[in-house]
Amino acid sequence: MSVAPPLLAVEGLTKSYGGIHAVRGVSFSLRSGEILALIGPNGAGKSTCFDMLNGQNKPDTGHVRLLGEETTAKKPRDIWRMGVGRTFQITATFATMTVRENVQVALISHGRKLFNLFGSAPNFDRGEAGRLLELVGMGGYAERPCGELAYGDLKRLELAVALANQPKLLLMDEPTAGMAPRERVELMRLTAQIAREKSIGVLFTEHDMDVVFEHADRIIVLNRGTLIAEGSPAEVRSNPQVQAVYLGEGLLYEAEHREGASA
Amino acid sequence: MAFYVVQFLTGLASAASLFLVASGLSIIFGVTRIVNFAHGAFYMIGAYIAFTLTERFSGAFGFWGGVVVAALAVALIGVLVEMVLLRRIYHAPELFQLLGTFGLTLMVEDLVVLIWGPDDLVGRRAPGFKGAVDFFGQNIPSYDLFLIVLGPVVLGILWLLFQRTRWGVLVRAATQDRDMVAALGVNQKWLFTSVFAVGVFLAALGGALQIPRDAVHHAMDLRIIVEVFVVVVIGGLGSIVGAFVAAVLVSELNAFGILIFPKISIILVFLVMAVVLIVRPWGLFGKPEAAARKTPGLTVNPWRPLTSNERLAALAALVVAAMLPLFAGNYALTVGSEIAIFVIFAVSLHFLMSVGGLASFGHAAYFGLGAYGVAFLAKMAGLPMIVCLLLGPLLGCMGAAVFGFFAVQLSGVYFAMLTLAFAQIVWSIAFQWVGVTGGDNGILGIWPEKWAASPSHFYWLALGVAALVTIALRIAVFSPFGYALRATRDSVLRSEAVGINAKRIQWTAFVIAGTTAGIGGALFAYLKGSVFPDNLGISLSVDALVMVLLGGVETVSGAVIGAIVYKALNIWLVSQTDLSKLVLGGFIVLIVVVFPKGIVGMLEILAQRRRKSSPPGSSLLAKPIESAE
Repeated sequence: MSVAPPLLAVEGLTKSYGGIHAVRGVSFSLRSGEILALIGPNGAGKSTCFDMLNGQNKPDTGHVRLLGEETTAKKPRDIWRMGVGRTFQITATFATMTVRENVQVALISHGRKLFNLFGSAPNFDRGEAGRLLELVGMGGYAERPCGELAYGDLKRLELAVALANQPKLLLMDEPTAGMAPRERVELMRLTAQIAREKSIGVLFTEHDMDVVFEHADRIIVLNRGTLIAEGSPAEVRSNPQVQAVYLGEGLLYEAEHREGASA
Repeated sequence: MAFYVVQFLTGLASAASLFLVASGLSIIFGVTRIVNFAHGAFYMIGAYIAFTLTERFSGAFGFWGGVVVAALAVALIGVLVEMVLLRRIYHAPELFQLLGTFGLTLMVEDLVVLIWGPDDLVGRRAPGFKGAVDFFGQNIPSYDLFLIVLGPVVLGILWLLFQRTRWGVLVRAATQDRDMVAALGVNQKWLFTSVFAVGVFLAALGGALQIPRDAVHHAMDLRIIVEVFVVVVIGGLGSIVGAFVAAVLVSELNAFGILIFPKISIILVFLVMAVVLIVRPWGLFGKPEAAARKTPGLTVNPWRPLTSNERLAALAALVVAAMLPLFAGNYALTVGSEIAIFVIFAVSLHFLMSVGGLASFGHAAYFGLGAYGVAFLAKMAGLPMIVCLLLGPLLGCMGAAVFGFFAVQLSGVYFAMLTLAFAQIVWSIAFQWVGVTGGDNGILGIWPEKWAASPSHFYWLALGVAALVTIALRIAVFSPFGYALRATRDSVLRSEAVGINAKRIQWTAFVIAGTTAGIGGALFAYLKGSVFPDNLGISLSVDALVMVLLGGVETVSGAVIGAIVYKALNIWLVSQTDLSKLVLGGFIVLIVVVFPKGIVGMLEILAQRRRKSSPPGSSLLAKPIESAE
């Protein structure tokens, strides 16, 4: 009996820098339409792990497979071609181009028209570009130069660009970093909605625990390069190991204050 | 055997001056992030002033005192330049900095001729080091031995300066992170000025110490600066040890290259540089540069295709230009043809530089290759003109394909330096391979056929090709490829994340730009009836940069206007004054400091202000785009 491979399967991912084991034997998987949060304290290996998934970094050992197909050691642009969209911790957009043009570049690449020298790019897939912008609530900003957008709008634009190749998987590195609290909730709600509608798997790293616990279907926790917990938000929240390494100090602080208050 | 040892020692002696100049450039770059093109000019002034002082004052004290005083005097000039010019362009894109300091170099070249005359000056020999030492029957000048010792001594002094003094600590800190040093309350201004003074002092000292070995002349600046670029690129920008090792390496390559390949001695050094840049782009002793602040002065004004009214206006301008033969004489038509050819040249560089964000400092190589292509086909194969015009530019295309492949592996200053080095390789081949290229004598007698021979016919031909090329490149800017190219310019990271192979896109743009430049060169060969190594020299490359900059680097087709204004001005200046370099250099400095957006850029700003059509700024929380100024 053959079981369909999961959307994303990560097996025994390991990376060392000199004597430092940044990531040790990390394995997990992700289904279509599922929203998975990758969390852990600073230096836990989140970014290293993330970079090995999107092709920025190559693992020493281990495998990453997308629907059963190996993506390990592929270049970022090839991984994108396999149907993986991504957003960056610090937004990366085409600053001198308009919002619509930003999306059009991704559409041109998706349509494999990058080396077309005589076509009209301003009219390239305008409809689809408009739809994507509407989807992320940026329809009214299409003609604005990207360089004058507010940070939250840039994040939404990145999402639209990431969706341009109809991805199966979205990789979002700290999607809400640097945003105002209200914008954070809006962006993640939007992402979750799109992911469920289009059955896209989402993997994101995040420092804001409110965002994580509210929007993730499942959470995996890294500490010192190893996976220490995995489960639903409720499970992870009550996991003593997670509390110890991650939330430990905060709880202790709270506990002390409660004791102080009751005494 | 003894001969080779002597050759080796001669190489070491040459390395001393090279090291002094290169370490100065490296120190300045490390702290200010400016690649000081004018460094060669300071070296040259150092030599001239030292010459005057050592002639005036006799004796050992007169000579050695003269050398040191000359270096100090030039350092003072450097301080002035830093305070008046450089402080205004520290935050400009690096392209503007390179051009600004190049403008300075041009001015100095005319000034030294004005003061010291155009002839080579032979300085006197150093007191105490006049003789030669016998080495197994070979003579070694004792001054060479002095220089061999001097290099490591200066290296040691610099090392002590940087490791043991407070100033040195600040300089090293600023080299790593100048923003952090500023945040710690260090007076940036004076740190920069003092660093610049030290760097210039070293350059001038290098020049002054050369007078017993070499004649002083007014072209020594360009020769040294190209070698120094090679040294700092091989050694690593910002590394003094790297500058020393690379200076020795380059000098030895020169010393032995002449023995092994007398014809292509110059090429050897550039080949080593190209290999180093590809294997270790940051140099042997340099460190990979952290992604610096976004350098191009990117406009927030989005590009758009011409409206139909604007198209009509452009067409009308073309029609007016086409009517020139009705009322202009032959001389004006020849000038017109030359301007049209330079429009082709300028728009080709503009495509690479503005659309692709790749500022080539050696674009003339492909222009010249196109010209040589035509010369070979017409003179050797005897092909008809139309065939030559179509096939000649292919030589530019091939050159761009080969060199472009390596060049696009790099970006920023390193891209600029590598393209400059490649252009110098091509130039030295044209110059040294006399059997094929005619060397300095060029290839003569490439005249157009009858149908294009009259000035008016040739003018129409050049104008027509220029119009076609401009239109084709404009179409390319707004094609899917043009969007992809702009995307790689704005963010390579994002481009790769949406499936774009950035290097291949940039390579393609390089080939397009090179081929287009080759078309200009092909026409140029027929206009002049000859080709010379100068057709691919540095000064032509810089002409192209200035034309693009003058028109406005942030515009879609400003280069057309830039080329017309610059070329007309240039031709007029040369006819009016002997000091054309002085005026031109001053002009370049002026553009860089006062009009960084160029003519068309300024017009666009004026038009915008008049329209006042900017939408109400609802989201001006936006991150500010660093403007070109």
